Amino acid sequence: MGSSSSNLNTIPNSQELMQETGFSAAHLLRLYERFEFLDKDNKGHLRPEDFEAVQELSTNPIGDIIIGSFFSPGQETVDFPSFVRILAHFRPAEKNRTRDGAQPEPANSSTGKLKFAFQLYDRDRDGKISREELLQVLRAMLEMQVTEEQLESMAERAIQEADLDEDDAISFDEFKKSLEKVNIDHKMSIHFMK
Amino acid sequence: MCCWPSLFLSNSRPILSCCPCPFMAALWTLSLVLSGCLFACLALNPPQLYDLPPSLGSNGSRSGLSVDRPMVLRVFSVDYHHVQAPFEIVLWIMLASLAKLGFHWSGRVPAVVPESCVLIMVGLLVGGVIYGVRHSAPPTLSADAFFLFLLPPIVLDAGYFLPGRLFFENLGTILWYALLGTLWNVLGIGLSLYGVCLLAPSSLGDISLLHCLLFGSLIAAVDPVAVLSVFQEMQVNEQLHILVFGESLLNDAVTVVLYKLFESFLRLPSVTGLDVLLGGCRVVLVGLGGLFVGLFFGLLAALTSRFASRAQVIAPLFVFLYSYLSYLTSEMLHLSGITAIVTCAVTMKQYVEANVSERSNASIQYFLKMWSSVSETLIFIFLGVSTIQDIHMWSWPFVCSTLLLCLVWRATGVLLLTAVVNKLRRNTVTFRDQFIIAYGGLRGAICFSLVFLIDDFPKKRLFITTTIVVILFTVFVQGMTIKPLVELLDVKRKKRALPTVSEEIHSRLIDHLLAGIEDVVGYWGQHYWKDKFEQFNKKYLRRFLIGEERQARSSILRVYQELKRREQRGDEEAPPAVDPRPTSRPLLPEEMESIRHILSRNLQHFNNKQTPAYSRHTLHQDVTTDRTRKPLQRHLSLGERRRYNTITHWPQGENGEFSETHRGRAGLSRSHTVCSISPRRTLSDSSASTQTQPVDPKRAEEDQVSPQQQSPAERALKKQLSFILENENQQ
Repeated sequence: MGSSSSNLNTIPNSQELMQETGFSAAHLLRLYERFEFLDKDNKGHLRPEDFEAVQELSTNPIGDIIIGSFFSPGQETVDFPSFVRILAHFRPAEKNRTRDGAQPEPANSSTGKLKFAFQLYDRDRDGKISREELLQVLRAMLEMQVTEEQLESMAERAIQEADLDEDDAISFDEFKKSLEKVNIDHKMSIHFMK
Repeated sequence: MCCWPSLFLSNSRPILSCCPCPFMAALWTLSLVLSGCLFACLALNPPQLYDLPPSLGSNGSRSGLSVDRPMVLRVFSVDYHHVQAPFEIVLWIMLASLAKLGFHWSGRVPAVVPESCVLIMVGLLVGGVIYGVRHSAPPTLSADAFFLFLLPPIVLDAGYFLPGRLFFENLGTILWYALLGTLWNVLGIGLSLYGVCLLAPSSLGDISLLHCLLFGSLIAAVDPVAVLSVFQEMQVNEQLHILVFGESLLNDAVTVVLYKLFESFLRLPSVTGLDVLLGGCRVVLVGLGGLFVGLFFGLLAALTSRFASRAQVIAPLFVFLYSYLSYLTSEMLHLSGITAIVTCAVTMKQYVEANVSERSNASIQYFLKMWSSVSETLIFIFLGVSTIQDIHMWSWPFVCSTLLLCLVWRATGVLLLTAVVNKLRRNTVTFRDQFIIAYGGLRGAICFSLVFLIDDFPKKRLFITTTIVVILFTVFVQGMTIKPLVELLDVKRKKRALPTVSEEIHSRLIDHLLAGIEDVVGYWGQHYWKDKFEQFNKKYLRRFLIGEERQARSSILRVYQELKRREQRGDEEAPPAVDPRPTSRPLLPEEMESIRHILSRNLQHFNNKQTPAYSRHTLHQDVTTDRTRKPLQRHLSLGERRRYNTITHWPQGENGEFSETHRGRAGLSRSHTVCSISPRRTLSDSSASTQTQPVDPKRAEEDQVSPQQQSPAERALKKQLSFILENENQQ
C-alpha cells in the first residue's frame, strides 16, 4: 500500500477533516493510505483513470456513475479532502444525535445518504430526476437484459408511483418517500468505518 | 410415481419425456438378476465383516484347506471362495450403480426425490431380501472401512470443488455457523436428551450424561447433499449455497473431533474439570494441526505437479496420493483428518490445475466424482441394509424426543446465530435463507457410521435405531418437502408487502453503489487480506509452484479467465419467458412480476457471482471436445452475454442464428430453461477456468480483439481488457 507515513501530520488539515466528517484518526490514516495507493503517479489528486484502475469497479454496472459522483461538476480531479468527504456519507449514522435544527445535516445521516444516492441520478443537479436521467441509470443497471420498451415502462411506472406533484419528475422529497420502507442506514453503510 | 401433486413440480420445467420402455425393462431385469446373484452368494455363505481391500484374513482359512481329492480330472468347476470378497464387493457396487441409473431414467422422480432416498430404498430392499433368506444380521460396516476408505473420497470431493473465492469471502459467517452452531446443537441435544433420560428412569436410566453428549455430537453432523441437489430447482443465490456447503464441511470436522473427544472421555475412569479444559485445548490443537498438515501436503502436491509435465498420465495420481497421505498422517497423529484433506485440496487446486494438462484435470475431476459417488452410495445402501435386522431396540420417548430436539435446536441455533451475524454482514441472511439452512439440516452418512463405532454398552442398539430413524426421517421427509415448503414461503412472502418498482430500482442502485464504494475504499475486512494474499501468491507461490513454461501462458490465460469471469458476472440468464409485446402505459401484473423478477435476479447475479450448486453426483458435462472453438464462439456471439455452461447444450449452428433481437434472446431463454431442468447441470468454478487452458495466446488475443466491432457493451469489455493487459504488463 505504498510507503505510508504513520503520522497524522502529513495529512493537511487533518483535524478539520476529522471534525467535519467524524472519521477517527486511524480511519483517516487508512483512507489516506488508500488514496495514495490509488494515486499511482503521486500527483496528489485522483483522476477518473485512477478510479478505473480498481478492478471490481469496472465490472460494476454503474461503475462510471459512481466514479463520476466523486468529482464535483466541472472538476477533473479529486483531492484528499473531497475524497474523504464523499466517503463520509457511508459511515454508519450516529444513533443518538440530537436533532438540532441549526446544525447542518451530517453527511452520514439518512438524509445525507439519500441525497448522495439522489445525486447519482440527478446528474445535472437541478434537484429533480427527470425521466431521461432515470432511464439512463436503468439502462446502465440492466444493460442487455431487457428491451428498450421494458425499460421505458419501468421508468414510467417508477415515476408514476413516486411523482406526487405531477410534474413528471422525481424530486428529492418524493425520492425519500419512496424509500421510506428501506432501512437506509443499514443499507448504505460500510460498517467498519465507524 | 407419476402422479405427484403439482405442488411438487415447478411450473417452469417442461416435462421430461418418459424413458424408453425397453431400456427401463432391461435395466430392471439386469438389476434383478444381479440382486439374485448377490442374495444367492450371501445365502450360500455366512456373513462377514467387510474390509474394502480385498485381502480378508478370515477368508484364508476357508479356502485351500478343504482337501478335495478328485478321482477324475475336472473339466469345469466353480471355486467361489477364491473370489468371494472382491466379487461380493463388486456386486454391491454394481447394484448400487444400476439403481442410480434406473433412478435417473425414471421420468420425473429425480426432480422430487433426492438420490439419497433412492439409495436407501434400494438398501432396504436388499436388506429385506437378505433378512428373508438368512434371518440373521446382514453385513455391516467396520470402523476402519468407513474412516479409512469411505469417508476420504467424499470429503476430498467436497473440498476440491469448493468455490474458493466465495468460500473465503464468507469465511467468517461459515465458521460462525459451523463452529458455534455445531457446539450449540451438540450441547443442546446432548443435555436435553439427558434430561429426557432422567425423566424416564425406568427404560432409559442407564444412559449417562457422557453417552448423551456423545450421541448429541454424532447426531448433529449435517449432510447437505440432498438439499444441495434441490438447490438447482429453487432460486438459490450463491451466498446461501456456499453457507450451506461450507457449514456442512466444517461441521463434519467439528463433529468428528467432538465425537472422538467424548469417546475418549468415556474411556477415562472419571472426568474432572481439568479433563474438560484439556479437552478444549485438544480440540483446538486437533483443528489447527489438521490445517497445517493439509497445507503442507497441499504445497508438496503443487510442487510435485510442477514437474509432472513429462509424465502426464500419472499426474492425477499425485493429487489423490497426497490428499490421502494428508488424511492418513493426520489420523495417525490424532488430528482432524477431514480438515487436513479439505485444506490440502483447497491449497493445491489452483497450482495443480495450472500445471497439469487439460485431460489430467478432467481425469482428476471425474475420478473424484466417481469415488465420492461410490462411497456415498455404499454407505447409504449399508444404511438401508442395516435397518432390516433384529438388533433394534425401540424406545418411543427417546426416538421421538431426539427427532424433535434435532429440529428445535437446529432452528433456534440458526435463528440466534443469524441475528448476530446479520449485524456484521451487508448482505443479510434473509428469513427464507434461514429456513432453508435450518430445515435443510439433513443427516446422512457420517451419523450413521459414527454410531456404529461407539464402544459397546447396553443401550448401543437404541442409539443405532434412533440414528437410523433420524436419518430416514430427515432424508425422506425433510428432503422431499423442503422444496415445496420454500415455494410456499416465497408465495407467502410475495403476498405480504410487494415493494414498489421505484423502491426496487432505487434499492438496486444503492446496492450497486455500495459494492462500488467498497471496492474504492478497498474494504479492509475482505479485500485487504485478499489483495495481500494475492500479492504474496503472485510473487512467491506461483513462481515457485507453477512450472516455468506455464507461467507465461498462464498469465494471458488468467487474463482471459478473468475476462470470462467478468462476462459471466455481467452475464444474465435472459429473463424467463418474457413476452416482448410492446407495452402501453398501465403495466399488467405479469409484467410487473417479470420486472421484479428481473431486478431481483439482476442483483443476485451481480452481487453474488454465479456458481451453480455443488452436487456430489454429477460433474458438469463441460469437459468435452471442441473447447478451443468455444471461446471463439462466445466472443462472436453478437453482443449477447450468455452463461458459459449453457453453450455446451447447443450445437454449433445455433450461434449464427441468434441475432441481436430480443425475441432471439427470449428463445434462448426457453431453450436454456429446457436444458437446465435436470439436476445434472452443475459446474464448479474450477472447471470453468480450466477449460481455457488449451487456448494458445494468439487465439486468446484474437478473441479479445473480435468483440471490438460489437455493441458498446462489448466496447466496454475491450476497455476493461486493455487495462487488464496493461496491469499485467506492469507487474
